[in-house]
Amino acid sequence: MKKKERKLFGNGLGQLAIPIIAICVLVIFNLIRDPSFFSIELLQNSDGNIVLSGNLISVINGASELAILAIGMTLVTAACGGQDISVGAAAAIAGSTFVKVLKSGGQITGFKVLLAFLLACLVAVIFASFNGTLVAVFKIQPMIATLILYTCGRSIAYWINGGATPTVESPILTAIGGFIPWIPVPTPILIVLVMAVIIKVFFRFTSIELFTQSVGINGSAARLNGLNSTFIKILSFMILGVCVAVSGCIGVSRLGLINHETLLLDIEMDAILAVAIGGNSLGGGRFKISGSIMGAYVIQMLTITLWAMKVPSTNVKAYKAIVIVLLVVAGSPVVKKWFEKTVSRFKNRKPEVAAKGAGES
Amino acid sequence: MKKNGNDKVIKAKVKREPLTETQLLMTITICIFVVMYVLAMIVFEGGFLHAQQIFDMLNDNASLIIVSCGLTIVMIGGGIDISVGAVTSLVVMSCVLYLNNGGNIFVAVLLALGIGLAFGLIQGALISYLEIQPFIVTLAGLFFARGFTTILSINPQKVAQPAFVKLLDFRFEIGWLGYTAKNGTKIPATMEIGVIVAFVCVAAIFVLLQFTRLGRNFYAIGGNQTSALMLGINVKMTRFLSYVISGLLSGISGFVLMLHTGAGNATNAAGMEMNAIASSIIGGTLLTGGVGNVIGTFFGGMTLNTIKKIVVASGLNDPWWQSITTGGMLCFFILLQSIVLGRRARKKQKN
Repeated sequence: MKKKERKLFGNGLGQLAIPIIAICVLVIFNLIRDPSFFSIELLQNSDGNIVLSGNLISVINGASELAILAIGMTLVTAACGGQDISVGAAAAIAGSTFVKVLKSGGQITGFKVLLAFLLACLVAVIFASFNGTLVAVFKIQPMIATLILYTCGRSIAYWINGGATPTVESPILTAIGGFIPWIPVPTPILIVLVMAVIIKVFFRFTSIELFTQSVGINGSAARLNGLNSTFIKILSFMILGVCVAVSGCIGVSRLGLINHETLLLDIEMDAILAVAIGGNSLGGGRFKISGSIMGAYVIQMLTITLWAMKVPSTNVKAYKAIVIVLLVVAGSPVVKKWFEKTVSRFKNRKPEVAAKGAGES
Repeated sequence: MKKNGNDKVIKAKVKREPLTETQLLMTITICIFVVMYVLAMIVFEGGFLHAQQIFDMLNDNASLIIVSCGLTIVMIGGGIDISVGAVTSLVVMSCVLYLNNGGNIFVAVLLALGIGLAFGLIQGALISYLEIQPFIVTLAGLFFARGFTTILSINPQKVAQPAFVKLLDFRFEIGWLGYTAKNGTKIPATMEIGVIVAFVCVAAIFVLLQFTRLGRNFYAIGGNQTSALMLGINVKMTRFLSYVISGLLSGISGFVLMLHTGAGNATNAAGMEMNAIASSIIGGTLLTGGVGNVIGTFFGGMTLNTIKKIVVASGLNDPWWQSITTGGMLCFFILLQSIVLGRRARKKQKN
């Protein structure tokens, strides 16, 4: 009975312990600091829609792109044992493609937006499979392979834009980046939900989750067992490519313009961080996508908390770093071992006392 | 099994000692650099024929070269340090502010070394003694250093201290490498103090890696951690020291960058970490560890800059061409290394 309990803790909750604790600490901190942080109210926005607003909503809304990227990044990390650092640059390319198609003459209709989105997906997937091929076929470490696109991706986006930062305006785009009329929840939140459900269903009906894990844990063993590890690695990159295109399009729709320099700036670092905070090993193997998504919300909540404390946005990074270090120190194997030792010592003492008590009676 | 192994060793000795992977990758880089530069001399003539072109590249990139040396050590040890650019920027900003508030240069040097060392010590301890993933720790270091730079000052600060300005304007003039301008005046080649510092750093790290026990230990822990441990190498200590050296070199690089720009700015050394990683990779260092050399890294950095100069010289003035060609070049080198190493591994298996 006891053994089973400990195992359950080790496999399931253990991995999610860091993000759950982090969220709890942030919530408690905010409750003490200013309980009105959690107030959510219904407001009428400039388009006349009745919408939800409040710090919590902006946390969940603002982390949407990050959460979507974290899904793909988790898969790549698990399968290849490395990270893709080109997601920000690739999102800029996808966003540029999206805008380029929308601006290609004529009215912006729903069909055209769909077409633009599909093309953006296609472009992102092509770039992602380039990365995937380098990693899976040429056996280059993911970080090095994606360094190529990281170096030149934003310049390619600039080139697609023709050396400008074009703007697009359309009610459809404001619906994607903001609110759909009559629905008070920001659309990006709904998109994250849809993506999470798609991934869940995908995993439910295929064995990709298991295959990814086995390729990540031991690639050659997986190959000997009849798994095509090259294909699975490239597939994980392609899924990341779709995630990149979705978040790039959300980013463009939010602002109504594409700026190759600032669109989703530094998001690759945050996405990797989300994966790590989610309790996933950056060396590949077992993974939990829910952990990464929670990691993304932890990062965004931290940022919004700091903003609410009136920390200038340029200084946020320094405080974020301190919290990150505290988090990873708490989750480090050495500290965990020490903690477990202390706990077991504490546990061992109890039966002794009980035995003594039994002996006495 | 054992007998076979011995036979192999004997055969190899009889044939000729083959190049190690480190030497092979470094040779490729140096050859490509020389070929590229000679081609540029033939095709574009102009600036490439003057020695000043090389000195310009050195002047502009002294700090990058220093940082890359530190990164090479970390990468040989099988780790990664992406905080180097941010630390450089923080060092520049704090030294500039200190000098402008009436500090003296000697203490500023110590301050630069101190900041770099502090980052190295903390990051190294977290990575090797608490076993946290190096990417995350140095990412936090990057965030902290960048954030703290903007806390110090968000506006660009220029050094006004007269003694430092003298140092800033100081140039070594090398007459015989200069050229004669059209109107007949002789213009000597000029070199900044930072370049000397960079050369000293490259030489020191080269000696450290090739001829000291610590240096060989870096290769050992990067090549195979378990065997290194069994050989009695203090793996944790060695890894810790690799980050300390990298931090110290970031401090030096910060001071050198200040000697070059003479001003602190929040966007100083932006993207330097990735340029440094690219230099190391082009120079033949593998991220998996155990393979690499600072001489290669030096030529890697020079190759990267030669490409940029060639793009400018060939008249591709649109702002995106420089980074697109850099990316292409990086791709070429990475693929080349992968193919060369792959073929070698297959040959070894056959033997």
